Amino acid sequence: MLVKLCLRGMETLELTQEEQFQARIDADVRIEPKDWMPDAYRKTLIRQISQHAHSELVGMLPEGNWITRAPSLKRKSILLAKVQDEAGHGLYLYSAAETLGASRDQMLADLHSGKAKYSSIFNYPTLSWADMGCVGWLVDGAAILNQVPLCRTSYGPYARAMVRVCKEESFHQRQGFEIMQTLCEGSPEQKAMAQEGLNRWWWPTLMMFGPKDSESPNTAQSMNWRIKRFTNDELRQKFVDMMVPQAEFLGLTVPDPNLKWNEAKQGYDFGDVDWEEFWNVVKGNGLCNQERLQARVQAHEEGAWVREAALAHAEKRKQREEAKAVAA
Amino acid sequence: MSQKEWPLWEVFIRSKQGLDHKHVGSLHAADAEMAIQNARDVYTRRLEGVSIWVVESKHVHASNPDDSAAFYEPANDKIYRHPTFYQVPDSIKHM
Repeated sequence: MLVKLCLRGMETLELTQEEQFQARIDADVRIEPKDWMPDAYRKTLIRQISQHAHSELVGMLPEGNWITRAPSLKRKSILLAKVQDEAGHGLYLYSAAETLGASRDQMLADLHSGKAKYSSIFNYPTLSWADMGCVGWLVDGAAILNQVPLCRTSYGPYARAMVRVCKEESFHQRQGFEIMQTLCEGSPEQKAMAQEGLNRWWWPTLMMFGPKDSESPNTAQSMNWRIKRFTNDELRQKFVDMMVPQAEFLGLTVPDPNLKWNEAKQGYDFGDVDWEEFWNVVKGNGLCNQERLQARVQAHEEGAWVREAALAHAEKRKQREEAKAVAA
Repeated sequence: MSQKEWPLWEVFIRSKQGLDHKHVGSLHAADAEMAIQNARDVYTRRLEGVSIWVVESKHVHASNPDDSAAFYEPANDKIYRHPTFYQVPDSIKHM
C-alpha cells in the first residue's frame, strides 16, 4: 500500500508502509495491536516481552526458596506478597505478548524446552536471608531502571503493562533495602551476612543490563523503533551511580577495586564485568539453570490435571445451562 | 496431556464508584467465574477496583485501523459541531 503525502505543497512523496510506520514511531505515536507493523518489529517485541514475562515467572523461584524460612511472620507476609506480584507481572506481560499473536501455551512451551531465555540473574542461588535483601534492593533496583523507560516504549500494550509493573516494583526495592538496613544495623554476624550477599550479587546484577553496547547488535534497531530508550551501558552506568551511595549509607563495600568517582563525568568509573561468566550462564551453565527449569516444568506438568478439570467443569456447567434453557 | 488453552478474557475494572469500567488487560480462565476471580488477583491486588467486568476476547469486535482515514472521515469537515466554531459577542455572558 502506498500513501501520497504532500510536502511543502509541491513535492509529492510516496511512503512505503514501513516508512509510514517509522514516521509514526518518530512522532511518538504508540503502536496498537491491530495496527500494521513490520514483521521484525513484531518478532522483536514478542521475543522481548515473552523473555520479560519468563523472567518474572522464573524470578519467583529464588525467592520462593525463602518463604518458609523467613525470619518473622511480617517478613513472610511481605515476601509472599512480593512473589505474588512477580506472578502478576508475568501475567500482565504474557497478555501483552498475546496481543501480538503469540500463544500463551507456545510461549510456555518455549520456556520449558529451553528455547526461550529469561534473565540470567535468576540462575544464581539464594543462599542466605541477606539474599532476599539483595534481590529486592539490587536486582529489583536494576529491573526498575530497565523498566521505567519501558513505560514509554512504542508498543501500547507493553507500555501499559510496564506502567502497572513499575507501580508495584518500588515496594519490592524498598522492602529489599529495609532487609539490608536491618541486617546492617544488627549484630556483626548479620552485617557480615549482608556484605557477603552484596559480594555475590553485585556483579551478576550489573550483567542484568545485558552485553556491552559494542556487542549488542540489536540495540540500534530497538532504539530506532523506540522499544528501547537507553542503551545497556547507559543504564549500567546509571545503576552504579545510584547504588554506590546507597551501599555507603548501609556501611557496605561494593566488591569492585576499580570503583572510583570520576569528577569530570560526574559518575563512577567501575571495573569490567566478567563477560565469560555472563555468556556461560546465558548458555545454560549457571549454578541453577537446570534446577530452575526443572521446577518450572514440574509445576506446569503437575498442574495439568487442574487445567483440564477446570475446562471439563466449565464445559459441563455450560451444557447443563443450555439443557435448562431448552427445557424452559 | 491436553493441549487445549483456557479461553482468553478481556478485563474491565471500575476503579471507584461513579467512574466507568476501563480496559486493563486480559487473562486466561476456564469460565466467567474463574475469570473474575483471576482478574481480582491479577489486576486488583492494591484496591484498584470496586467492580470487574470480563468478556471473552472472541466476542470483542473491533474497527479496522487501516480504514481509519475513511471511517472517521465524516467527522472531519464538520467543525460546526464544536462550540468554538461560533462567535459569541464579548458582552454575552454565561454561554
